[in-house]
Amino acid sequence: MSLWNRHKIFEKNSIILIVGILAVIAIGGLVEITPLFYLKSTIEAVDGVRPYTPLELAGRNIYVREGCYLCHSQMIRPLRDEVERYGHYSLAAESMYDHPFQWGSKRTGPDLARVGGKYSDDWHVTHLINPRSIVPQSVMPGYPALARTELDPSDAAAHLRTNRAIGVPYTDEQIANAAADLKAQVDPDSPGSDAFQKRYPKAVVRNFDGKAGNPTELDALIAYLQMLGTLVDFKLYNEKANLR
Amino acid sequence: MTMGEAGLASALAFFAFVSFLGAAMGHDAAFSFHASLACAASLISVIMIGNRYLDRPAELPPAEIGGRPNYNLGPIKFASAMAMFWGIAGFAVGLIIASQLAWPALNFDLPWTTFGRLRPLHTSAVIFAFGGNVLIATSFYVVQKTCRTRLAGDLSPWFVVVGYNFFILIAGTGYLLGVTQSKEYAEPEWYADLWLTIVWVTYLLVFLMTLVKRKEPHIFVANWFYLAFIITIAVLHLGNNPALPVSFLGSKSYIAWGGVQDAMFQWWYGHNAVGFFLTAGFLAIMYYFIPKRAERPVYSYRLSIIHFWALIFLYIWAGPHHLHYTALPDWAQTLGMTFSIMLWMPSWGGMINGLMTLSGAWDKLRTDPVLRMMVVSVAFYGMSTFEGPMMSIKVVNSLSHYTDWTIGHVHSGALGWVGFVSFGALYCLVPWLWNRQLYSLKLVNWHFWIATIGIVLYISAMWVSGILQGLMWRAYTSLGFLEYSFIESVEAMHPFYIIRAAGGALFLVGALIMAFNLWMTVNAGQASETEGAGALQPAE
Repeated sequence: MSLWNRHKIFEKNSIILIVGILAVIAIGGLVEITPLFYLKSTIEAVDGVRPYTPLELAGRNIYVREGCYLCHSQMIRPLRDEVERYGHYSLAAESMYDHPFQWGSKRTGPDLARVGGKYSDDWHVTHLINPRSIVPQSVMPGYPALARTELDPSDAAAHLRTNRAIGVPYTDEQIANAAADLKAQVDPDSPGSDAFQKRYPKAVVRNFDGKAGNPTELDALIAYLQMLGTLVDFKLYNEKANLR
Repeated sequence: MTMGEAGLASALAFFAFVSFLGAAMGHDAAFSFHASLACAASLISVIMIGNRYLDRPAELPPAEIGGRPNYNLGPIKFASAMAMFWGIAGFAVGLIIASQLAWPALNFDLPWTTFGRLRPLHTSAVIFAFGGNVLIATSFYVVQKTCRTRLAGDLSPWFVVVGYNFFILIAGTGYLLGVTQSKEYAEPEWYADLWLTIVWVTYLLVFLMTLVKRKEPHIFVANWFYLAFIITIAVLHLGNNPALPVSFLGSKSYIAWGGVQDAMFQWWYGHNAVGFFLTAGFLAIMYYFIPKRAERPVYSYRLSIIHFWALIFLYIWAGPHHLHYTALPDWAQTLGMTFSIMLWMPSWGGMINGLMTLSGAWDKLRTDPVLRMMVVSVAFYGMSTFEGPMMSIKVVNSLSHYTDWTIGHVHSGALGWVGFVSFGALYCLVPWLWNRQLYSLKLVNWHFWIATIGIVLYISAMWVSGILQGLMWRAYTSLGFLEYSFIESVEAMHPFYIIRAAGGALFLVGALIMAFNLWMTVNAGQASETEGAGALQPAE
């Protein structure tokens, strides 16, 4: 009986009730979240992961804007069928520069964590404009407006700068050349493309949407999709080195 | 003019000026559009505050009339009406996106009408607009009645209900225009988040100050749950949303957290939006409206103490079960699974406390469809809080995750528990607030059965399609090859998507019947014989 009586202190004093609630709800979150920021084993040490190029970042923002994550995950689980269907299971390191993360929670469509290089640019152009012209059973919406909308290069540097402020390691040079790099990545013949490749080693320079002229939203989205999951070379990746 | 009126009017006038500048200098069309909305809304509010001042008697409404509390019902009426409006809007958008999955041509391939932009509109409209307005309306009602005192503040309760609905407007129009930070159930961008923070802190203060000036010695159990809901949602909102805008004149921002940490923050938030918004808040509704309607006391006081503290302690840990087998470290996944399973117990504690409150009044289920609706909601709560812990077990999750099973699970909770307990509460609240008799119990009965059949169709279709999907993805031929391509699993979903849409349509029809019933109650209903809510003077 006495213990039940003790509960009166919460029922008779709203401030003590608030303090009690705050204390009780704080514990779980603190225990589960804080260690992720200091345990070194949380994010694997791997070679190859780099920040997004300005064009890929613009494509990623379109991916976010259109809510692609609502039907496509970007997280391959270490299960036999998933590894055979999609490729090597996803590493935490592969999304370390993702603000926000795009792991997703639903697969109305297939996982996209390693979709990069799986299909041609042409396939993506046709598929994004009218999915059912390539995959008749698909339930994906078409996005014809992407091909018509040109990107605005003027704020490319601001996007990189904002990312740097929250921890993505863009260099001064990358920020200074962001607008030029945005255009250079779709134009292999441009004088800027060599400098671009120096700034973003192994990034693909291609005319993604197949049309001449300024980069479109379609260029950006395909550039993003084509690099997904391609940064880490799993022939060289040593799983044992990252045992948790 | 009171300090409050003058202060709020000048703050809003200043805000109108700032948003005018924002609209003029905005970097993108969506930001300018939202700033113009903010400017217009602030100016209209200033005018309404002025009008209210000119129209009202010199004295503010007294806290008591003839020794009895003079309850403040105006903001509650507003929130109740908005709940009904947003409920129908949210269910209708749900029906549209369900139909889009069955017949993709309905996306129309326009940027504003695709599934990806409408889906957050659906989830936010039902969770935050419908559910949120029900929670604000009922909490303002329950806290006054159980504390026997008038709601704290004069304009602040109005600021909470109107400001909250303005947040919904900004969030919803933003989704259609592609303004989203892509964190599920926390999609609104930085400026909407900032506005919500102001509104939510005001909400907490109004609720808390009403508790502080209560005339009852004890704080009633429903208010513990409301308080836990309000505080925890504030903590979750602040934890999940810190973002840096690319420009303070543009809509786009980048979230401070990245990759695996962002995933953990997101599902710490996401699961506890379920735990505290959709569970604790609605348990508070259960703890007031079921005893009131059944005219029986809450079954067990001790059980309510145990399950309250256990529920809020355990829920916070459960987030990582959304991230099983992902790149989140195993220790966090295991913690999430363990606590999710333990969570089954306090959840059923709440269910038992709600159901057993009917001891000695079970016969009322035959005659009172409103009480039946609320009791069935508690039964759905029990079912989905069993299903949830089961799905959080890693082996089960390896099959169920990423499939429609999750969608079915969410909807047995959302339609069955949150929907039905809200409908029950509104069927009680509207007659009490307007001092009327409910227009038609027969229509409530129709609503109950139509919606129940809708829910059953919905969740059974999603169980079958989800498990089918999961099994097809992992099926191997005898030669050791994957048996199905992904698109074959998409094709197999088609009939179930049609059944699901039919279930959703029935649920929407039920809600339309309800809206008609409540409309007739307010506008053509007979004056209540009993004293009802005891509105001693017409609400403003």
